[in-house]
Amino acid sequence: MKVVNNLTHSIDGMGIMKGRKAFTDDFAEKDTLIVKVMRSPYAYAKILKINDSEARKLEGIEMVLTHKDFKRIPFTRAGQGYPEPSPHDKFVLDEYVRYIGDEVLAVVGRSDEICDKALSLIKVEYEVLEPVLDFETAKDNPIVIHPENEIHEMFDIGFEPKRNIAASYAMEIGDVKKTLSECEYVIKETFYTQAQAHVMLEPHTVNARMDYQNRLCIYSATQTPFHVRRIISQGLEIPLSKIRVIKPRVGGGFGGKQAIHGEMLVAYVTYKTNKPAKMIYSRKEVFESSYSRHPMRIEMTLGADKDGKLKAINCEGLSDTGAYGEHALTVFMVTGSKVLPLYNKVDSVRFAGDIVYTNHTPAGAFRGYGAIQGNFALESAVDILCKKMKMDPILFRQINMMKEKETSPIFAIMGEGTAGTAMIMETCKLEECIEKGMELIGWKDKYPRIESKDKIRSVGMAIAMQGSGIPYIDMGSATIKLNDDGFYNLMVGATEIGQGSDTVLTQIAAEELMTTVDKVVIYSSDTDLTPFDVGAYASSTTYISGNAVWKAAKELKEKMIVEAARILKTNIENIDFDGKTFTNRVSGEKITLVDLSNQITYSHEQKQLQVTSSYVGHKSPPPFMAGFVEIEIDKATYEIDILHYVSVVDCGTTINPMLAKGQVDGAIVQGLGMAHFEEVIYGANGKLISSDLLNYKIPTRLDIKKLTTVFVDSYEETGPFGAKSVGEIGIDTPPAALANAVANALGVRITTLPITSEKIFKEMRRINDEK
Amino acid sequence: MKINLRINGQSRQFLIEPNEYLLDVLRKNDYLSVRRGCDNTSCGVCTVLIDNKPVPSCSVLAARCENKEITTVEGIEKEVEKLAKYFGELGADQCGYCNPSMALTVYSLKLENKNANIEEVKEYLVGNLCRCTGYVAQHEAIMKYLGDES
Repeated sequence: MKVVNNLTHSIDGMGIMKGRKAFTDDFAEKDTLIVKVMRSPYAYAKILKINDSEARKLEGIEMVLTHKDFKRIPFTRAGQGYPEPSPHDKFVLDEYVRYIGDEVLAVVGRSDEICDKALSLIKVEYEVLEPVLDFETAKDNPIVIHPENEIHEMFDIGFEPKRNIAASYAMEIGDVKKTLSECEYVIKETFYTQAQAHVMLEPHTVNARMDYQNRLCIYSATQTPFHVRRIISQGLEIPLSKIRVIKPRVGGGFGGKQAIHGEMLVAYVTYKTNKPAKMIYSRKEVFESSYSRHPMRIEMTLGADKDGKLKAINCEGLSDTGAYGEHALTVFMVTGSKVLPLYNKVDSVRFAGDIVYTNHTPAGAFRGYGAIQGNFALESAVDILCKKMKMDPILFRQINMMKEKETSPIFAIMGEGTAGTAMIMETCKLEECIEKGMELIGWKDKYPRIESKDKIRSVGMAIAMQGSGIPYIDMGSATIKLNDDGFYNLMVGATEIGQGSDTVLTQIAAEELMTTVDKVVIYSSDTDLTPFDVGAYASSTTYISGNAVWKAAKELKEKMIVEAARILKTNIENIDFDGKTFTNRVSGEKITLVDLSNQITYSHEQKQLQVTSSYVGHKSPPPFMAGFVEIEIDKATYEIDILHYVSVVDCGTTINPMLAKGQVDGAIVQGLGMAHFEEVIYGANGKLISSDLLNYKIPTRLDIKKLTTVFVDSYEETGPFGAKSVGEIGIDTPPAALANAVANALGVRITTLPITSEKIFKEMRRINDEK
Repeated sequence: MKINLRINGQSRQFLIEPNEYLLDVLRKNDYLSVRRGCDNTSCGVCTVLIDNKPVPSCSVLAARCENKEITTVEGIEKEVEKLAKYFGELGADQCGYCNPSMALTVYSLKLENKNANIEEVKEYLVGNLCRCTGYVAQHEAIMKYLGDES
């Protein structure tokens, strides 16, 4: 392979760094209406009266929008395919506000300042209701967060709003209770994970205008332009054919931009007024009023026999979806489906739980969703079990984990929101990942700890798996067109959001067409111009969209060979093509691609050669990885210094090795953020206090000492040029690896994220007090 | 009120409100490489150089910049080409929303201390957050750029 798996610079890095017009707000109209939202100061309240007469009189104020302006059409902002596995429980604006930061009303005016002034003049009377702020008391609480009757599920997801249940799920293979009763060793532990924030640096941004065909044209910083178009159409009753959604460059998403945020209000304003409108979330709004990762409580019970064979897993979860149920079920299911198959040799496994409403900021999609929560619980629990059995945790994993050519019955039972798809692990290099990782971190010398006078150094590890798209649901497509002068256009619905998919998809096309990346010009994504793609989520782009591109390139090549055979007066079987020249193998006659393309464009038997292909996965081959962390803990303060993180990844072929490494490095640091740095703080009234970057600390460059990321040789037959996904897998291991390293250092087990010095200190004191 | 600025070597005069921030004035006047990230100087995305020093433009009143020399990334294109090449080589590009601001800060570091070691690079750039890359590839690229005498 010449292009794939070789050093290729990102195709757009140079232009982006030069500051060329690229991001959503760069395309906002100069003379535009500004849309600003009044946010609820109460965690739960009913709006009784809105006095906006003074605001409406202000010069420059175009409209004040309240719930009375909108027809009551419930929808979900989740940004999923249709029908969505999330409850339709949200109105554009509602008479109830369900968390601090929820939308009360919107003002539309000529400038930010006028909008701010209008907001200050509006008086809202509320009936303040008692909120549900503790997710462990939400289920069957007498306070019902969604009392309205119009809301509904699209199919059975266990939606019971009168009980504050957004969704629920249960499955059991074998008989967990019975298997556990027969086990020599049983451990049970409860874990808690926090509402991590995405902190993509570009805030949620959208702008709209009516174009010269009187269609609504929206630029949006979204991961899912086609879903955005559909949801706007359904929610505002605007014909789908009247809406165009353009996704320009996106400044990071990580799942946060899978959902609809300002799009509904901005689309409504422009459609109603025929004037351009825009909305940019403030950083506070991004924290408080978009969505976060689902906080969870996970009770993990493991049982093993006397030889250290894992026999049973019982995983009971409770997930807090906040005020609205975006991704309630799907995130929770991943906590089972992309975590528990890691240990596939058990006799029994059970996974069950509820996803409940609370009066907190909603939770939604976030890189590694469900998996990072489940991985923290399972991989921590494995080390706890090993300690009880006095067994080496690496050896335990080597005995019990998934191996190549094996499977797990969980794959067939659990999908994302629906039943799953049975599959064999055609590639699973976990054994090699562990071996290599041990070597790179120096496990044998450092495990479990090295103590000096003031410090303790230790290591910890965890293994993980992810998926590659959602089988039979996620669809990607690509159009490739041959131009005169022999270069190509590649149009994809796949959504570049900074992860490098435009570069990777260009490489796939270039490799198949035996050309160079500069001869393939990619464009993503625009609902008018590019073919459908579900968007950037579920680790699907390289595998699903990449397969669509590969297929389209192969088909275009066939079409070009047909033309070459016609021109060279022979059968297609006699044509050789090397990317530049077609040769008649029998006569030796040749025609270059440049000449062929010019001829069919301008002079003889003219036609446009173009192919559109689609791909739907029939399986979701998991990437695997082993993550190892080395830390140093101060004996007096328990300050944790993360010295080194080693990631050894099996993601099949790395289409672009440097960008793949970037995906893993970036995800590891986000995972370390969840593991150690990113504390989510709520006030007693339910107000999110960690709602800016001063109070919510993401890792800075000083916090990251050393990352070693390597890939093992692996070739997934069903992936494009052997690739699996790599976007999410990196985020899964840091919480458990860090918890295990802390346990190896001090003997304390931290079961709530983030793992901070304070928590270690308190736990050490508790242990000492008990002594 | 009116202010006079020199932006990337060009004299410009803008009509501004006294309470307007430099970031908003620049964006309104089509300096779109200067971007908003956080509103309170925590992220570094809005960085510009004022008299060659990196400053978050989201919290500098435009009115205080009278006769100052403002540099946005368009003003250092040759340097950006070099830095971007190393970013490409080392896979340090991801979303790039913060890259113009980072290029400006790195350029300013080069003016101050072109022999900076990696710890000094990290210290200097600590106000430029990145949520995509995990930083390591960026640092490798920046070290190569600082060592590039061309």
